[in-house]
Amino acid sequence: MNQTSKKQDFRLRPGDVVTGKWHHKKYVIRKRLGSGAIGSVYLCESDGKPQALKISDKSSSITMEVNVLKSFQKVQGNRLGPSLLDVDDWIDPRGERYSFYVMEFLRGKQLSTFIHAHGEEWLGILMLQLLDDLTELHEAGWVFGDLKTDNLIVTYPPPRLRWIDVGGTTQIGRSIKEFTEFYDRGYWNFGSRKAEPSYDLFALAMVMLHFYHPKRFERGSNPQKTLLQKLYQTKPLAPYQPCLAKALKGEYTTSKQMKDELASLIMKRSDKGSNYYRINQRNSNTQPQPRRRSQVNKQTKAAGHPFLESIGIFIVVILFYLFYLILK
Amino acid sequence: MKKGTLKQILLITDGCSNKGEDPSAVAALAAQQGITVNVIGILEDNQSEDPTGLQEVEDIALSGNGVSQIVYQQALSQTVQTVTRQAMTQTLQGVVNQELKQILGPDKSLDELPPEQRGEVMEVVDDLGETSDLEVLVLVDSSASMSNKLPTVQESIIDLSVSMNARIGRNRFAIFTFPGKKKPIEKIMDWSPKLDSISSVFPKLTSGGITPTGPALKEAMYQFGKKSLKRSFLKEDESNIEETGF
Repeated sequence: MNQTSKKQDFRLRPGDVVTGKWHHKKYVIRKRLGSGAIGSVYLCESDGKPQALKISDKSSSITMEVNVLKSFQKVQGNRLGPSLLDVDDWIDPRGERYSFYVMEFLRGKQLSTFIHAHGEEWLGILMLQLLDDLTELHEAGWVFGDLKTDNLIVTYPPPRLRWIDVGGTTQIGRSIKEFTEFYDRGYWNFGSRKAEPSYDLFALAMVMLHFYHPKRFERGSNPQKTLLQKLYQTKPLAPYQPCLAKALKGEYTTSKQMKDELASLIMKRSDKGSNYYRINQRNSNTQPQPRRRSQVNKQTKAAGHPFLESIGIFIVVILFYLFYLILK
Repeated sequence: MKKGTLKQILLITDGCSNKGEDPSAVAALAAQQGITVNVIGILEDNQSEDPTGLQEVEDIALSGNGVSQIVYQQALSQTVQTVTRQAMTQTLQGVVNQELKQILGPDKSLDELPPEQRGEVMEVVDDLGETSDLEVLVLVDSSASMSNKLPTVQESIIDLSVSMNARIGRNRFAIFTFPGKKKPIEKIMDWSPKLDSISSVFPKLTSGGITPTGPALKEAMYQFGKKSLKRSFLKEDESNIEETGF
């Protein structure tokens, strides 16, 4: 902050080359992907491969994030965060020092863009994927912390939810350091900022709410009430409602519990065949129910026809009879 | 190992001081006493990002070894907690850096270490930040122009206590406003571990255009002294973090 204000204008341009002080690797900057409280992320190229590079003048913050990414690496079969490729310092031509790390570049779509393009049934399914990953993360002793829509992307094919910014990840039992008010249960009066699995589950429920309220909403004088009311008013979320309400109230202690209940709600939902379930399903891991339901639909439509037909005939007959009466 | 206590003053203001001694000098004095001075300047909604009146904010924090930030009202809650955390990390890093210099020589600092070792050191800093005890004295400017911002200020202080109380280390908060009726500062709440209890809003003090930031900071500094004097009879772990080390 105060010490960094002099460097705030710092920005890399396409074509710039960042060379590591310790490991001497060269990275050619291609474009800026985004920037946040701690540094900016650039798409870069090294040995002909696209990679993502996060650079900041806040050396300590970068080091903290690297520590988290490293601990992810230790989680077995990790598909959790992007994998870490390099950590180094860069001295720019003016002699200023920056710290950076390089990670795998994940090509994908924003969560909301993907769902709008592929159908709302994906929301529940992607959340199940997220719950699987969270289960793994929690079992390894970590909490995601700053879980929000912006930190999630969908890579495909096959569609897979991935998280991109792991800066907020915190050891279980500690305090959440980084959060975003809308997704933070402390902000909504629904609990503490202690890192525990239920903290992430609350944020996950908020990710689902956020999809239908992209502009977010105010918490008002009674935050708990406001939030639950919003949930009950959001019609498309009705099928998930019992599960989401429990997540908001902190009634799940593990992500496994929430996953099981959400999964059973999603199954039940496709059995009943609610109106907004899209039929043109091309996804391999959904159940066969939708197709069955489409057949049922055709049958009911067919059953409707004879009735309409007889009314039509009846009207025509009446008309002819009237003509007959008039002409006579 | 006994953990030390991190002491911070958090000054929340919307303008520059116009009475009494230079606040930067007082902040430097506080820093000498092991008290970090952080400053948050609040902008009016229609003010531009870089107002001249708030230049002082950065200066005070710099001489107080603290962190400063200038924000709009709506970002206050989030800022209060980042500023507090950053200052904690900064202080602890300073301590670690000194230790490193003693071990590795005067030109070695954290940034001179290769990234791998730096990672290990930062883990220690992170641990300390989580487990150290923390004392924050919130000093709120209550001059006329601030009165419409006080509800937001109160909200963000409560929010800070929610954040900090999730830590493993203990916390104590005190709230003062300035200028007081006859004294430089007015006590709103004495040292206490939790702030959820303050339902009473800041009293509606409108004290015209005087902003004696310097004297207020000085008085705030003594509030740490008073308490530690009292507490030193009860426990002996009141020593500054620099002495405990790790």
